[in-house]
Amino acid sequence: MDLRFSPEENAFRQEVRTFFQTEIPLSIRSKSIEGRHLTKEDMVTSQKTLHRKGWAVYNWPKEWGGTEWTPVQQYIFLEEMQANGVPPPLAFNTSMNGPVMIQFGTEAQKKKFLPRMASLDDWWCQGFSEPGSGSDLASLKTTAVKKGDHYIVNGQKTWTTLAQYADWIFCLVRTDPEAKKQLGISYIVFPMTSPGVTRRPIQLIDGGSEVNEVFFDDVKVPVENLIGEENRGWDCAKFLLGNERFGIARVGVSKMRVARIKELAKRVPGNTGGTMMEDPQFAEKLALAEVELKALEMTQMRFLAAERGNKSGKPNPATSMLKLKGSEIQQTVTELLMELAGPLAIPYANDDDEMIGHNEPPIGADWAAPAAPTYFNYRKVSIYGGSNEIQRNILAKAVLGF
Amino acid sequence: MDFDLSEEQQLLKDSVDRLTAARYAEVKTRTSLMKSPKGYSEALWKEFAEMGLLAIPFAEEHGGMGQGAVETMLVGEAFGKAQVLEPYFPTVILAGSALRLGASEALKAAVLPEVAAGTLTLAFAHQEPEARFDLANVATTAKADGKGGYVLEGAKCVVLGGDSADKLIVSARVSGDRASTDGLALFLVDASAPGVTRRGYPTQDGTRAADITLSGVKVGVDAVIGDAGKAFPVIERTVQNGIAYLAAEAVGGMAALHELTVEYLKTRKQFGVPIGSFQVLQHRSVDMFVSVEQAKSMAYYACVMIDEPDDVERRRAMHAVKVQIGKSARHVGQEAIQLHGGIGMTMEYKGGHYFKRLTMIDLLFGNADHHLRELSKAGGLLTAA
Repeated sequence: MDLRFSPEENAFRQEVRTFFQTEIPLSIRSKSIEGRHLTKEDMVTSQKTLHRKGWAVYNWPKEWGGTEWTPVQQYIFLEEMQANGVPPPLAFNTSMNGPVMIQFGTEAQKKKFLPRMASLDDWWCQGFSEPGSGSDLASLKTTAVKKGDHYIVNGQKTWTTLAQYADWIFCLVRTDPEAKKQLGISYIVFPMTSPGVTRRPIQLIDGGSEVNEVFFDDVKVPVENLIGEENRGWDCAKFLLGNERFGIARVGVSKMRVARIKELAKRVPGNTGGTMMEDPQFAEKLALAEVELKALEMTQMRFLAAERGNKSGKPNPATSMLKLKGSEIQQTVTELLMELAGPLAIPYANDDDEMIGHNEPPIGADWAAPAAPTYFNYRKVSIYGGSNEIQRNILAKAVLGF
Repeated sequence: MDFDLSEEQQLLKDSVDRLTAARYAEVKTRTSLMKSPKGYSEALWKEFAEMGLLAIPFAEEHGGMGQGAVETMLVGEAFGKAQVLEPYFPTVILAGSALRLGASEALKAAVLPEVAAGTLTLAFAHQEPEARFDLANVATTAKADGKGGYVLEGAKCVVLGGDSADKLIVSARVSGDRASTDGLALFLVDASAPGVTRRGYPTQDGTRAADITLSGVKVGVDAVIGDAGKAFPVIERTVQNGIAYLAAEAVGGMAALHELTVEYLKTRKQFGVPIGSFQVLQHRSVDMFVSVEQAKSMAYYACVMIDEPDDVERRRAMHAVKVQIGKSARHVGQEAIQLHGGIGMTMEYKGGHYFKRLTMIDLLFGNADHHLRELSKAGGLLTAA
């Protein structure tokens, strides 16, 4: 047993870190570190920079631009990316739709879609959830009826993240209304500019509108845009949802945020005369978050080490624990930043909101402005990607054998 | 990075697991041993010696195996799982660490081979009634007798294994204020030396301890462990080794208790179905699983950090370990009793034994609150971004 990283792994870490710090603009990285809004352009710049280096789709097979990194290297890469505030490659492209296409797509589909997905020349969004189908995804009602060489798609998707930027959507649709739940579902893709596609942004409690409702009204989709077999789309969905493994705990993000809170707490005045770092109650809450984070980091490394011996390709269900605990810690950390800000977190300083005039002087303290919105926004992390209650169901069944 | 056990380590784990599972197969074995004169099995202690378990952390020239924290972790985990009563923690881990880290070559050569052979048991007599969790708070005094030796006066409490240990490692103050880290010394004292009075008693978890008074106890110069007046670092590291071991023991206990609970939920029927079919109980068992895994991770972390040469880094790490262990142990223990219902309340069922030991582990050498306070005073865990 040797729980240290090897010299090669440390050298790799250094290489990755240097690249991030020299090649990804500081203006972009500090936005993520400070919890400020990233523009589409920021995310495209970041992914294109990574892509030129050959790292944007590090997790794909080599023939489609992947790296063949070991699980430990992938972990180091993600950790450094998160610690340095580098916007990650767009998950919809690189860790969701891309791997599905690689696994289930035809050669023609791969050639057509994958290169532009990797470079973020096409921005993809995910059409899974519907108003009536959240945790019970397989109850989805959006239909695709085959007419000649087209499907006609009707229905509604919701919680579609960043659909406002998207060129394409990958969608679960019902192609056989007679079949039992999971069996009549297909995975199809089409441009967001297709006639009949409309989008309505949903303002969230943080004031932003990162998610949308998307409506389909007789959208014509060529049959060659079906991925995998008709009525077997659930296989793609399961594959996609199980594919997310080690980034999900976002340990690096939480570490970066804790480090920042500690820096800020040394200069924010506390209630007991000194700084907030000298406020014992706050300092102990912060220390407890650090303990849990360290434990999670070690847990992640243990699962990662076990993953090397896992040749089945099936996800280790214990990784649901990473989602569960990782989301709790992310939420705790955003809560701590808001508590640190105290009264300074109160002003609503959202430049994008019509309630606030543009070109006015900024409201409140710069560092404190995103504290409450981030706290509000991060309530999502225990809901999306399979809610924490669903993760508990998975663990109960797959690990504890209930 | 590699979490795999070596072949020897795997062999050690398997054989300790097998032996302790066999010797502690029945709850009543444990309850009757608790009532026996020494409170543990001397026969099993001999078996431990024969297997080399008592020799693990000591150097080969002192009759030891020259092994490290991973090996003692494996033993701790197995002992936690089996709820072993033998005084491995006081003798090998606590007193053993104090000698290993502080004693002269001559003293180590005189004592450690006997420990390794199972012919000598030890206890670490450091805790005092007024000290709570402050390791420097020692009122017991050691006055130089002018001939190189010392005379000890004072009182120690809750000395684990102190009721039956052959020798005691006693901390005492040669100079300085009561809570000063300067001026502390450690002495190897014969438990039957004139002036040593012991009052032995059972502890809540079924092991034994003693309150010990020292009244005019004379010790020779050869009984001083390390430099008199400069023993605090040895005391601190001894306790840190104790924490690393307790983390492993707690993990062994927690994992076994969790497994017992899940099994129970699958077999216990009410309303005509196994109660494990109820989602509320499934989710609570999952949360227990998460607590166990987090604790396990920190037990590994303890192994990584226990020999870290930087005192500050090591101190922070060991505080963090004890915080997580304490929190997980409390959570898993309480939930296990609740999920079992009435049967969890009985001494006839193993669950209650685990729960009590886990509860006491949190109270040993600083509970979660204490270590959290110390960790936050030390600036927290993450030093660099």
